[in-house]
Amino acid sequence: METTALEQKFAPNEVMLDLKDLKKVYPTPKGDYMVLEGLNLQVKKEEFITIIGHSGCGKTTMLSMIAGLNEISGGKIAVLGASIKGPGPDRGVIFQAPSLMPWMTAYENVMLGVKKVFPHGTKKERADICKYYLSKVGLDGSFHKRASELSQGMQQRVGIARAFAIKPKVLLLDEPFGMLDSLTRGELQDVLIEIWNKEKITAVMITHDVDEAIFLSDRVVMMTSGPKAKIGDILPIEFERPRSRKTVLAHDDYYEYRKHLIDFLEH
Amino acid sequence: MKDAIIKGLRFIGLGFFEPLVRLISGEDSKKNSIETLKKIVAPIASILLFLGVWYSGSKSLYNTEANYKIAKVLKEQGAEEANKMKDCIASGDVSCQPNTLPSPLQVWESYKLLLKDHRKIGEDKEAFKVKTASLNEKRIAQGKNPIVYTGRPSFVDQIKTSIKTVFAGFLLALLIATPIGIIIGLSDTLRTSFNWLIQILKPVSPVVWLLLVFMIVKTLTKDSTSDTSFIISFISVGLCSMWATLVNTAMGVSSVDKDYINVAKVLKLGTFQKIFKVILPASLPLIFTGLRITLSVAWMVLIAIELLAQSPGLGSFVWEEFQNGANDSNSKIIVAMFVIGFIGFLLDRIMLTIQKFISFDKNEGI
Repeated sequence: METTALEQKFAPNEVMLDLKDLKKVYPTPKGDYMVLEGLNLQVKKEEFITIIGHSGCGKTTMLSMIAGLNEISGGKIAVLGASIKGPGPDRGVIFQAPSLMPWMTAYENVMLGVKKVFPHGTKKERADICKYYLSKVGLDGSFHKRASELSQGMQQRVGIARAFAIKPKVLLLDEPFGMLDSLTRGELQDVLIEIWNKEKITAVMITHDVDEAIFLSDRVVMMTSGPKAKIGDILPIEFERPRSRKTVLAHDDYYEYRKHLIDFLEH
Repeated sequence: MKDAIIKGLRFIGLGFFEPLVRLISGEDSKKNSIETLKKIVAPIASILLFLGVWYSGSKSLYNTEANYKIAKVLKEQGAEEANKMKDCIASGDVSCQPNTLPSPLQVWESYKLLLKDHRKIGEDKEAFKVKTASLNEKRIAQGKNPIVYTGRPSFVDQIKTSIKTVFAGFLLALLIATPIGIIIGLSDTLRTSFNWLIQILKPVSPVVWLLLVFMIVKTLTKDSTSDTSFIISFISVGLCSMWATLVNTAMGVSSVDKDYINVAKVLKLGTFQKIFKVILPASLPLIFTGLRITLSVAWMVLIAIELLAQSPGLGSFVWEEFQNGANDSNSKIIVAMFVIGFIGFLLDRIMLTIQKFISFDKNEGI
């Protein structure tokens, strides 16, 4: 059953993101270090996938290659069939650290991207976009607070608003809630999934948290440990959307999914 | 009201008055008394201790010098003259006072004297202006230059000149060093290709800069009537002090947090936007640290440069007093020393306040 999930191919018009024979080599004094090799993965339109794997296996490397921030050593990455060239606003990124410009307000941080992506919109249209997404992530009263005055959780909310506001084709999330306490993490997962349910932007998210992976994603992609990491297993999560944490936790399959993932990670 | 005062005090870097303000307004008297004791009374005690050490030190130096003087007279001119000398020193007559470190009291007297002198010169100037007013009108009508006051500058005038020179030099350093620092910081190639030049020029002594500037400016201003000594000294001050800003700016620009750069890349910001919206604000704290060092270096080298360039100001005041060797020269030099230190401190506070005002990182510095 696992092999069928791995080899599953989608029709070309269904695929949003396509990684083919992806390879990443870091030269070291002791010779080349092969981080990723022969990595193949297709992500469908309007799909939310999470990637789990051991620390240092190359998950973040893969994600930053998709974002265009890290060079590709071999193979190719295509968005809607077109190979990517460097970073661009068609692939929004939510970083692990919120990475807001601390000298700007929450509003200005979102506006920075919006201005770039909608250069022809009127001032009011752009302002409306910023305000819409900021209130979507629950920051109604904090538009004009400086980023440095916001808590980590609030900052990451702005990070989410910034990423969605530029309406990317693919959303890349690099352990966005890894630095938060578990209570805030739960809140932000809800914020993220609520806004995602509306926008349905194809999302690739790295996480260490098995429960987070099951709750958020359509498929959980498990990566083997490096060097030469590749996709080890893929687990489709067949809960209906929109999901609520309560129903997911109460579902009979939940613990089976969980066991599957933990079994993989413990080998 | 109270909170506004505290906030203001903190902003200008006088936060140590906070407990006193709180104490006066009757808030948590026990905790604030202790804080006041710690932050205000203790420094005052240290000032008193300093004055005490100074006083006893100058007393003992005075005695040593006096005994030496008497012994010398005794040896060369006999007992009678020695006794006369002793009486003379004891009577406080200016003609025979030992020349040594002045006591705090003497310095205070000199300070008052310098201010009095300033007032007197001010009155002289005023009188001169009134006297020459009608004559000058005539001269201007005839197309001649008006007569200006050319008397000796007062101590306060010299402070003003020094501050003017430092600001001109600082501005020059700012205008040269920040743009170059930004350009060098942005490009690895430029940084490596100019690093040797910066490293070699940075430790060059102010005196050498002065001579270099002198060589160039002397030739350039041959036919002009401008104030050459002022030009030479402010350019030298600028050149000596700009290195801290240059190095800090380049470092700040080149070491901007990678996350911010990644955000700029993902959003595909243009070069201009990237520099002004991301890189510059991110490196402002370091740039300001550089500017603060620059200003304090500028103030420090100014005194030496004025001394050498014969440019009026605190430096030449100190040097003239030293050459002068009058009875109160030493205490005037000490007055100048404190004035220099105090103004230096004030300049740093001003920079810190400006930094807090513009920079995003409110906790930087102090």
